[in-house]
Amino acid sequence: MKKKFSRPQSLKDVSTHYCSGCGHGILHRLVAEVVDELGLRDKIIGVAPVGCAVVAYDYWDFDVSEAAHGRALAVATGIKRCLPKNVVFTYQGDGDLASIGLAETVHAANRGENLTCIFVNNACYGMTGGQMAPTTVVGQRTATTPWGRDPGSGEGWPLHLSEMLKDLNGVTYIVRSSVSSPKQVVKTRQYIKKAFMNQISRKGFSLVEVLSSCPTIWQKSALESVKWIEEEMVKEFPLGVIKE
Amino acid sequence: MKNSRQQKRRLMTGNEAMAEAAVKAGCDFYAGYPITPQNEIIAYMAKAMKQCGRAFIQAESELAAINMVFGASSTGRRSMTSSSSPGISLKQEGISYLAGAELPAVIINVMRGGPGLGNIAPSQADYFQTTRGGGHGDYFTPALSPWSVEEAGELTVLAFDLADYYRNPVLVLADAVIGQMMEPVSLKFKKVFKKNLPKKDWALGCLKKKSPKVVKSFFLKEGLLELHNLKLEKKWEQIKKSEQRFSTYKVKDAEILIVAYGSQARMAKEAVDILRKQNINSGLFRPISLWPYPEKGLRKTAEKLKRLVVVEQSLGQMVDDVRLALPEKEVYFLGKTGGGVPSTLDIVKFVKKQI
Ligand SMILES: Cc1ncc(C[n+]2csc(CCOP(=O)(O)OP(=O)(O)O)c2C)c(N)n1
Ligand code: SF4
Repeated sequence: MKKKFSRPQSLKDVSTHYCSGCGHGILHRLVAEVVDELGLRDKIIGVAPVGCAVVAYDYWDFDVSEAAHGRALAVATGIKRCLPKNVVFTYQGDGDLASIGLAETVHAANRGENLTCIFVNNACYGMTGGQMAPTTVVGQRTATTPWGRDPGSGEGWPLHLSEMLKDLNGVTYIVRSSVSSPKQVVKTRQYIKKAFMNQISRKGFSLVEVLSSCPTIWQKSALESVKWIEEEMVKEFPLGVIKE
Repeated sequence: MKNSRQQKRRLMTGNEAMAEAAVKAGCDFYAGYPITPQNEIIAYMAKAMKQCGRAFIQAESELAAINMVFGASSTGRRSMTSSSSPGISLKQEGISYLAGAELPAVIINVMRGGPGLGNIAPSQADYFQTTRGGGHGDYFTPALSPWSVEEAGELTVLAFDLADYYRNPVLVLADAVIGQMMEPVSLKFKKVFKKNLPKKDWALGCLKKKSPKVVKSFFLKEGLLELHNLKLEKKWEQIKKSEQRFSTYKVKDAEILIVAYGSQARMAKEAVDILRKQNINSGLFRPISLWPYPEKGLRKTAEKLKRLVVVEQSLGQMVDDVRLALPEKEVYFLGKTGGGVPSTLDIVKFVKKQI
């Protein structure tokens, strides 16, 4: 009988530290599956963020570099310019990519760095205990928006990073998806594959934004979290191809 | 036709010499961000690196530049960035990460006046920041300080070798005078090349037949960071033992020793000559490595002396290291701050006052 499903070679056989219902685990697997499918395991170099995925290298079975909080795209730029034949990607949260690392993000994209960026949008800072992120939606309660994010009181509006980057000439491909349903997971996998293939054919900067659940900080069950993505988050961050 | 002497020597600024030396040392990757008084480095690198098909990036900030260097270094390539004081403050994040992840890199600081935006005049006020780690955590970075344009080039080459040898970021600490002044240089930097550099088998980039490589400075599990830091401590001890560098001038019969580094040591050297004409036997001790501080050499040189004068373009920073090395001696300090430079005559006058 033919084996249909197994652990990707690029994913270590260990259990992760992520909370149950967290989107990071699914996304790690998707990245590993795509790396295997494209036969990139000896060519890929990942750059892990500061955030809940800080130890992604404990789970992926290929070369990975650390980066300081927000600087993943600068680190990836350095790697890629030295090893143009390798495939280099960053894996970053919303705090990492859209707050402390915003300048690095905008400029790597604008330079048209031939990189792939996986942007995990969970609308909060997970690792530090659930503070407001640039992507926190209006009214969402976090440790630092105890009464819900209130734009009028100086907390600002949710930042639409993908839309912000779309008009930059260096950007090839931007897409937003989620991991809230099997259908979306399959789509996300296709998007990630396309983003890697863009890099292989030297098309420049590609970014895949993924709406991902954080049950712990959202204080919701895994199911409620999925529902919250589909009912609330997508209103603020509509899914689909943003630039192609 | 040019004679051979002309062919061998070129007129260059310190900044250009450091840039050219980096290219000669095989720097594969440079990222920088403009700041006076080191802009000639980034301009030189933009041209030279592109001409020889190597990577050059004008980064969006010093933070980005040093982190690009982090990425480049993690592939095992020789990489460098340069800046001046306020920019080096920003680079401290990356320097701490480089040290934590044991990545080699060269960082040039052409110091200017501070704190804050300060000014663009010469200064040696980043000594504490340079020799005490500068960023967060328990770490050190070897720091080399040139006093001539030629030596600025030589020390840049040496910095690459030390960085590779010890797997650690290395700083070249020049002051604005060295960066900006022009001198004829031979560009024969090769003589400081260190042989037998270790293989970079930790570098990212080719998994074929190997297990995955991880570049990191993060050790979450209890006790692991302590072990890592203790391993690094051994490295600091080794560097302290093996890499102390200094030079001396007329110290054999000296009754009073002047200690100065960088461009300030040139003025001190001239002061030694003037003092000697006035029958005051003085000598010069010039640290070349600021970390590790050349304390062995200093102790030996100052063995029979009672008094020392330290001269700096700051309110007094290196003077602490001299006092630490020689607790039993009388150490006098002459300094100027905010872009002020103690002149040769200032030094002569000051030394005469102490004897
Ligand atoms: C320079 C710096 N500032 C702050 C932190 C603390 N910090 C760690 S993770 C994090 C937030 C990460 O949030 P995000 O990128 O959204 O990732 P998530 O944890 O939600 O996956 C912060 C602020 C740090 N490590 N370094
Ligand atoms: S805090 Fe949120 S993002 Fe972090 S592991 Fe838990 S669920 Fe995932």
